[in-house]
Amino acid sequence: MAKKIAVETTLNGEETVFLCEPRQTLLEALRDNLGLIGSKEGCGNGNCGACNVLLDGVLVNSCLVLAPEIEGRSVVTIEGIAEDGQLHPLQQKFLEHASLQCGICTPGFIVSSKALLDDNPSPSEHDVRLWLAGNLCRCTGYDKIVRAVLDVAEGDA
Amino acid sequence: MADTKQNGTGQPAANGQNGYKVIGTRPVRPDGVDKVTGRAVYAADVQMTGLLHGFVLRSPHAHARIRSIDTSKAEALPGVRAVVTADDLPVAEDKIEDLGEGAINLKYLSDNVLAQEKALYHGHAVAGVAAVNPHIAREAAELIEVDYEVLPPVMTVDDALAEDAPILLDTLRTDKMGEIGTEPTNLASFFRHQRGDLDAGFAGAHLVVDRTFRTETVHQGYIEPHAATALHSADGQITIWTSTQGSFAVRGQVCEILKIPVSRLKVVPTEIGGGFGGKINVYVEPVAVVLSEKAGHEPVKIVMSRADVLAATGPTSGSNIRVKIGVDADGKISAALAELYYEAGAYPGSPVGAAANVSLAPYAIDNLQVDGYDIIVNRPRSAAYRAPGGTNVAFAVESVVDELAEKLGMDPAEFRVLNGAKENDRRPDGLQYARIGQIETVEAIRDSEHYQSPLEGKYRGRGIASGYWNNWGGQSSATAVLNPDGSVNLSEASTDIGGSRASIAMQLAEAMDIEYEQVKARVVDTDTVSYNDVTGGSRTTFATGLAAYNLGQQLKKEMKRRLADQWDVALGDVCYEDGVFSAGAESLPFIEAAGLVQRDEPLMASSTVHPQDFGPGFSTQCVDVEVDPETGKITILRYTIAQDVGKAIHPSYVEGQMQGGVAQGIGWAINEEYIYDEEGHLLNASLLDYRMPTALDLPMIETIMVEVPHPAHPYGVRGVGEVNIVPPAGAVANAVYQATGIRMDKLPISPARLLEAMWAKEAESAELVPGDD
Amino acid sequence: MATVWIPPLMRSLTDGQQIVEAEGESVRELVAALEKRFPGVADRIIDEGRIRPGWTVAVDGAVQNRGLRAAVGPDSEVHFVPAMTGGNSVQV
Repeated sequence: MAKKIAVETTLNGEETVFLCEPRQTLLEALRDNLGLIGSKEGCGNGNCGACNVLLDGVLVNSCLVLAPEIEGRSVVTIEGIAEDGQLHPLQQKFLEHASLQCGICTPGFIVSSKALLDDNPSPSEHDVRLWLAGNLCRCTGYDKIVRAVLDVAEGDA
Repeated sequence: MADTKQNGTGQPAANGQNGYKVIGTRPVRPDGVDKVTGRAVYAADVQMTGLLHGFVLRSPHAHARIRSIDTSKAEALPGVRAVVTADDLPVAEDKIEDLGEGAINLKYLSDNVLAQEKALYHGHAVAGVAAVNPHIAREAAELIEVDYEVLPPVMTVDDALAEDAPILLDTLRTDKMGEIGTEPTNLASFFRHQRGDLDAGFAGAHLVVDRTFRTETVHQGYIEPHAATALHSADGQITIWTSTQGSFAVRGQVCEILKIPVSRLKVVPTEIGGGFGGKINVYVEPVAVVLSEKAGHEPVKIVMSRADVLAATGPTSGSNIRVKIGVDADGKISAALAELYYEAGAYPGSPVGAAANVSLAPYAIDNLQVDGYDIIVNRPRSAAYRAPGGTNVAFAVESVVDELAEKLGMDPAEFRVLNGAKENDRRPDGLQYARIGQIETVEAIRDSEHYQSPLEGKYRGRGIASGYWNNWGGQSSATAVLNPDGSVNLSEASTDIGGSRASIAMQLAEAMDIEYEQVKARVVDTDTVSYNDVTGGSRTTFATGLAAYNLGQQLKKEMKRRLADQWDVALGDVCYEDGVFSAGAESLPFIEAAGLVQRDEPLMASSTVHPQDFGPGFSTQCVDVEVDPETGKITILRYTIAQDVGKAIHPSYVEGQMQGGVAQGIGWAINEEYIYDEEGHLLNASLLDYRMPTALDLPMIETIMVEVPHPAHPYGVRGVGEVNIVPPAGAVANAVYQATGIRMDKLPISPARLLEAMWAKEAESAELVPGDD
Repeated sequence: MATVWIPPLMRSLTDGQQIVEAEGESVRELVAALEKRFPGVADRIIDEGRIRPGWTVAVDGAVQNRGLRAAVGPDSEVHFVPAMTGGNSVQV
């Protein structure tokens, strides 16, 4: 077994130290070492977006980042999206629009949509579809997801 | 109600229609907050003390005899706790058992979980390892030495039925409804539906179209890979936590494979990240159990990789289909023939039986024959996929119907109205329809703004298609506990894949005339309620909803009885209206009554149902496409679905089923396929190369819910989950014809295929024009 | 007399007849009556005391959960057809 290394990071706003093997991905470390199960593995090679997190505010697939790479950096996962005990507007709108069926892709979509709206508060439908093309959903046909994101965008505008 | 917002189609949200208070509204699902915050526990999220991690070694060959397996090097690797092969499973009988989800040959079931004598597809499981972490488990698996005798692969219908074709299963003989063949074969079964006089029907036809089609293997594509955790305790009790459409289906299969009584196994369903039919068969569950036992009764979790999911689970059948339909001069169908050759994968059991019934179901036909062939090939054992078999055959039939309408000079919607099946007509297997809504769905499309609007531009086209699905009733069990504060705990065992906790709770709330929020619905394990069939067959909101309705009736009746006793009045004098019990001068709101009636004795109810009177579903759909002549890429410009939904309990989730099924159907139509090399190796086992639709590939999907209430359900519910995936491939193919003048006879209509067809057509027309070139 | 639709693959046993009439108050009685007239029919429909795996019986348009025990009325229409369950289909 490879020797474990200590990683210091800011995780959902909290200073955090954890041990990991060098070969562990950020996704694996989040789930298995840190107990944050909200980020999901749908493919393990960057094609489905179910493991999306924000790394220094940038959207990444956590299955394509090695855990030691987050040393000294800031990570926000689905568990850090709601603030002060209140659901984020995206979370609320996903519920109201019935934007999830099985829900396995939902954390990735919410994190990804947050990254979009942080960058572009008033996206067009095309902007939303283009941005979310990195997130696969097999249940909904995307209709209700896109509507939820547009609803939040309009609310913020 | 929590949500009175605009719904996905821009229509105002319903708020209690037709006298309903809860049904027709759009409340937030009970499991919603957990799912948007990342707290919901799916199969791979299960953690427990001492957890070991499993890995399954798979065959690199499509067809090979396993001479021997040497696991010694793997066992010696530090951190490895157990290694298992098929020798660790009890010997399975070559015998067919009905496990409640259809008849299954027990040997095939067991051999698919861990290959015994032969590996029958690239990705077939041959051994399992448990270790202290997943990396070591994988490294150990690579140390297992399997000695294979590689055999020639059989990849298609044509390969399998060829003279001198290699035989996959030595003991297989063709079954023709109990008449068993004598020779080894890859044709597992043959059946026929036939009525009327086919020859006379074709002989008298004004016009006959006869075409053959090919569709490729596709996968259900759920985003959550299969995963299971098993604990084989030292006392012999076994628990499995898994993502499944049916916890009892898992119990039944695992108990048969491991030859243990059901009393020793509890299956706990986790949240499930999509299934679409693909999470009914067991794969890793029995392997995790035997690993757990061998590893000293420590829990073992196996999570499949995406590549393994594509290579070894699902998929649904590729098929060769011939359709021949004749019409008279007025456009009435005079005869129809369909021949369906479905690839079952490595073991018998393609969905050809269901496909035969889908085939010509939307049409009233007196002279008909449908032949079904179930054929084994060196591909993964096929699993159910949303209206299993339906999309393949509807693509073929709807293409022929479109061609007939065109040659007759008829509007394709009018052709479908003229020939549409209705009450007392017969479906392909001969059964008579009760009240159905096929023609209503055609009329809804014909009259829609979409169909009536012009579509202009080169390389653009519009197509429509219809589809049928049988639906199912199945067995359901549920219990309800009345709490003293007036809330009700509803326990049911239908795993919730798309909001069924909500749609079932709503029916209980409606039945009891209480608020939706008063019902706490939860999905429980196999020790907690009685037997429950899978979430599949579009049956859950229908059948488990019926159980919930019954629970409401029982609780109300018992509350009345106890109130009569409390109030010292005759039972017949107690009324319940608008959430208030009353008798003479006595009056008590439900919430207070809930406390009063339980002063002496608690109150709960249980219900088991097995409805056999379920109504089939129909859908007609309209699509506009644009074809890029440079690349062959198809863009979906606009899509409208009309579907007979019986009664929409939670309209948002009904729309969601319709939109989701169509999205899958579009993927099937234009991109998705398994690509194998000549040796039978799967070449595209990733979500980059197995190309499912993204948000950018689809427009908003418009929904028209046609409500033809099903007479045999108290709220008129019909299953809505499956029929929506049946028409899309046919609709897209018909639109592509309008756009390009080419009738594509193969699925998917991928850019490469379409481009080649367009080039071929150009070359052909160039040859026809003298002097050109 | 109930009307029984004979599956095409069994019509060699019924001299090619598609539809026959038979007496019986249950599917089991009906099959017994058919067997008397068309020897061999029962063997094809019944296996180990039940409807053959992968097949099912429908009476008056509805697939019967009770199989051979299902009731048959004097004017009933009876079909033996491939089973479709679990969102899945025939798994022979």
